Amino acid sequence: MTAPIPMGLLAELTHRCPLQCPYCSNPVELARPAGEIDTATWARVFREAAGLGVLQVHLSGGEPCARRDLPEIVAAAAAAGLYTNLITSAVTLDEARLATLVEAGLDHVQISFQDAEPAGADRIAHMPGAHAKKLAAARLVTKAGLALTVNAVVHRQNLDRLGAMIDLALELGAQRLEVAHVQYYGWALANRAALMPTRAQLDRATETVEEARRIHAGRLVIDYVVPDYYATRPKACMGGWGRQFLVVSPAGKVLPCHAAAGIAGLVFDDVREKSLREIWENGDAFQRFRGTAWMPEPCRGCAHKEEDWGGCRCQAFALTGDAAATDPACRLSPAHAAIGGLATAEASAAPPEFRYRRFERGAEAPAPAPAPAAAAPASSLSGIPAVSAPHERVDP
Amino acid sequence: MTGPQPIDEATTPRLPRHVKLRFDEARGAWVLLAPERVLMPDEIACDVLKRLDGKTQLGALIDALARDYEAPRDLVAGDVTELLRDLAGKGMVSL
Repeated sequence: MTAPIPMGLLAELTHRCPLQCPYCSNPVELARPAGEIDTATWARVFREAAGLGVLQVHLSGGEPCARRDLPEIVAAAAAAGLYTNLITSAVTLDEARLATLVEAGLDHVQISFQDAEPAGADRIAHMPGAHAKKLAAARLVTKAGLALTVNAVVHRQNLDRLGAMIDLALELGAQRLEVAHVQYYGWALANRAALMPTRAQLDRATETVEEARRIHAGRLVIDYVVPDYYATRPKACMGGWGRQFLVVSPAGKVLPCHAAAGIAGLVFDDVREKSLREIWENGDAFQRFRGTAWMPEPCRGCAHKEEDWGGCRCQAFALTGDAAATDPACRLSPAHAAIGGLATAEASAAPPEFRYRRFERGAEAPAPAPAPAAAAPASSLSGIPAVSAPHERVDP
Repeated sequence: MTGPQPIDEATTPRLPRHVKLRFDEARGAWVLLAPERVLMPDEIACDVLKRLDGKTQLGALIDALARDYEAPRDLVAGDVTELLRDLAGKGMVSL
């Protein structure tokens, strides 16, 4: 099939990060700093992405501020005509650094918050003082006149303070708040029992978000990513495989989704060896689940197949061992009832300790969480919750 | 309580700094870019957006559009106000 025109590029500039959030979207097998692609290669990637029709670049990581050449990278993205969005933990973002980024053409900053109060937030991030540093950085962002998004990844250990997190976003002057339930890939899958909310927590959260949207309309835009395990229909993951998004990893691998490295058997092209256009249009990994021709029943005959694009391939693989299977988030999947039961069971038991995200020397992949249908793969991955959801939208 | 921003003919609508209107060669269309959002405004919406210079009040904007499109002022006023209110609700226009 003809490749569609992509809208967004997620540039994972590095996997280095001062935080160790147990639901990190990075793959469990983190890219080593020595293998990171250089400034000039990123600049070429941005030009080629813009040429393909990409409109926005999300500069992410790890922690993108860990790259010393971040101002040059932002400038290169802006020069290519891309809308530049910095997705950061912000713990190292000071006034001088921010000024160089604004100068370089940065359009928007998204800062993650782990909780509404410091003790919980610092425990989840596994970094003492992180929350206070984030608050200070968020104030610098709005003071500099930049738009701010507060990203709140929510789970059983912070959901009861969702109202306070919404208040925090308002107090910081954010224009946008992303409330994202954890999506279970990679690190989050390894920590699932420690993160899975109860159905009651989820329902309260949804009500809280809906009420806040009404009250703060015109002042705060709230995007809400719901958790798959309690869903009845799958999300249109990445807006459809190879349809709107591409991801370039710190080492230059080009993926349809930041979690796709966890799917066994997929081979990812390297941006140092091929042009982005060639990879997007013809790369095996992009072609594999693009469109609807790859779908099995019941997806193939489903009226929603061009709405949800079959849901999430990474999740299908993680939970059934078959990346082409119907996403277990869909009620039509044979594995659907099992994952709902699993979520309920995990959420009602005492939470285990976090396994924090870090470079693990000689480590094997994390012990996979028990899967309902088949064994979870040894090297599964993860998802920035917000990016797994329909991430950018084109209104008609 | 905050709620929707008020809008009347003395309002000066403008694009916030983080919202960008630009022509996209790949699609051959104008796009409105905001954090995690891309809108593709139609021809008339696009014309309205291009006129948001941060100085023109809504009343003057309606006058100009009614003149240029040779359309009844009431009709233009309703459509433009609705468009701007909708975009303001999405955080893509400041009122």
